Order: sequence, then C-alpha cells, then structure tokens
Amino acid sequence: MSKANLLERRSVVSALLSGRKDAIVVGGLGASTYDIAAAGDHDRNFYLWGGMGGAVMIALGAALAQPKLPVVVITGDGEMLMGMGSLATVGLQKPSNLTIIVLDNEVYGETGGQASHTGANTDLVGVARACGISDARSIATMAEIEAFAPSMQDVSAGPRFVSIKIDSANLERVLASRDGSFIVTRIRSALGFAPI
Amino acid sequence: MHARHDSSENAAEPVPAWSEDIFSVLQRFDVRQVPYVPDAGHSQLIERVLGEPSMRAVPLTTEEEGVALLAGAWAGGQRGVLLMQSSGVGNCVNMFSLTQIFRFPFLTLVTMRGEWGEFNPWQVPMGSATVDVLELSGIKVLRASHTSEVREVVEAGAGQAYNACTPTAVLLSQRLIGAKVFTR
Repeated sequence: MSKANLLERRSVVSALLSGRKDAIVVGGLGASTYDIAAAGDHDRNFYLWGGMGGAVMIALGAALAQPKLPVVVITGDGEMLMGMGSLATVGLQKPSNLTIIVLDNEVYGETGGQASHTGANTDLVGVARACGISDARSIATMAEIEAFAPSMQDVSAGPRFVSIKIDSANLERVLASRDGSFIVTRIRSALGFAPI
Repeated sequence: MHARHDSSENAAEPVPAWSEDIFSVLQRFDVRQVPYVPDAGHSQLIERVLGEPSMRAVPLTTEEEGVALLAGAWAGGQRGVLLMQSSGVGNCVNMFSLTQIFRFPFLTLVTMRGEWGEFNPWQVPMGSATVDVLELSGIKVLRASHTSEVREVVEAGAGQAYNACTPTAVLLSQRLIGAKVFTR
C-alpha cells in the first residue's frame, strides 16, 4: 500500500474537533491524548495516560450517562487492538451518540515504532462492522474528514467507527493534565455535577 | 453445605432473598449502569437488572471493560456496579489503576469460586488470590458468607464506595451461593 498520501495526525484531530461544541472527547493513552491537547485544552476533554485498552469503554460509559451529548473517542491502533472486545460491547449497546475514531499509523509510536497488526493482517473497520457497528468506514483525505466532522454532532445516528490512516511521524508531545481527579471533576463540573 | 444446580434447574427456583436484597440496595443508591460478565451466582440479580428500566445492563467481553465503563459513567454523572466472578478480578488488574487515578466511586460484587467445596481445581488459583489482588490494587474488600448478612454488607460497601469514593469489592462467598455441582 502506498504511504505517500497519509494524513498528519494533528491536522486530522484539529479538523475533527474544530466544531465540537458540547462534545465530551476521550483520548486514548499516548499520542492521541497529545493530539487532543494540541487541538486546545477543554473542560470536557478526558485525557488518558494509562488504562490501555479502556478508551472506548470509558467513552461508552459517558455516552450512556449523557445520551443527548455527542461523545467522541480518539485513540490509536495499538490501544484499539488491546480493547477490541469493547467494539462487541458497543455493538450490543448501540449508543447513538458515540463516535469512535482510530488514528492508525500501524505502529506503536510511543514505544519505538514497533509494527502493529493493522499494517499486516487486521482490518479494524471490518472488525467494527462485524461487531454490529454498521456505520464503520475508513477515511483517507482531509476533505472527507471535514465533511464527516459535523456528523459527530448527530446524537441519533451512531454509533460510528472511523479509521484514519495517518503517517507515523513522532511529533512533539503536547502534555495534557495527567491528574485524573482533576480531569474527571472538571468534566463533571462542566456537566453540572457538584463534587462529593 | 448447600449446592447449586445447573441453570435449567435454577430457572425454576424462586429468586433467593439475598439477590433481592442486593437489588434493592442498588436501587436505593441510584445505580444506573450495571456492567457484567455472567456468573451463575449473579444470574438472578442480572435478570432483575435486565427487567429494570432505570438500570442499564451492559454485558462485557472481559471484566476490565467494566472498570473503564464505570469511570466514564461517573464522569457523565452516573453510578454503576460491576458484577463478576472471582476469576474476572485477575482480568482487571491494570484497569484497576483507574480507581486510584480518578478516585471514582467504584463498587464491584464478586461471586467467589475456588473455595468452600470447589470441584474444579482450575478455579482455585485465582479464587485463592482474589482478596490479595484486590487489596494490592487499592480496593477495600468486604465479604458476605451468610444469607442474613448480605444486605448489610452490600449496603456498607455501597455506602463507602458512593459516599466516600472508596473503591470497594464485596465478595459473595461460595458458601453463600453454593458450590457448583458437576455431574455427568
């Protein structure tokens, strides 16, 4: 497969989130969390620095709790592979306000660029569709991303799954908060929930 | 010692009072999301949850999914409880980090295997390690072994989890649920 026209991750995430409005956005550990931070800190950003494989489930919990709000999870191929069973769980629950975005660079970028399964044998769009997420697609151009982004606001037509092949360049880290209590309390506060 | 039978016989039995006790405690604490990996000991409670419109039952492919789900639920303003068997505790280990990092009201109800007349040796290693794994992960452990104490133990667990954001596991002893009978 040609790698000449792969997208640049920060541009992709900025374009996806530029019209986010009230959406809750969950970032999988590693570069996805840095990408979300680079697009602009936000009190509804749920940054992950661990819990590998849990990003989609965290987003599902939030989506079921807040069915009128768009919930978007942006994660990487390695993190998604570790939580692949969660696609079956999402396919069963069918939360109509949830969008799952996988930034797929086919490597474990955070640990030295070791090859992941998505470059060889595993088609995550096929997995998602086979798990019952019928709106599952791959996106290859910025024009498609800009056309797709507004649909994440439609809380009646999900769940959606999108795989975006990106280049594997390691970019400068944009460090989000790594204080879990702060992150969760800030989201709860933005939603109108008082601290205990 | 009493024994529990296979599910086809179970289905004809009345819901044991302690399952109903747990259900009413969960209702009283406004529990809304109930992720689970099935266990025979939880089967009546799962049926009650599936029939309750205010609760969302979420079947999982592996127990660690439930830990992450409950973190997201809390961020979104809802309480939940994770139902699993003792072997599932081992599947959760890294994801238990979230209970320390987010300090969210994590409650799990764990039906025990590998103790009290266990027939299947494969259940024993994880069943024997369950308490230590939970405690090493920073989770407080309570246990109910008799029908008469289930309500107050689950109530105490829910109270400290939801009111004090203290991650808590309530173990439901095999002595309570009955050792599984294997017959050919």
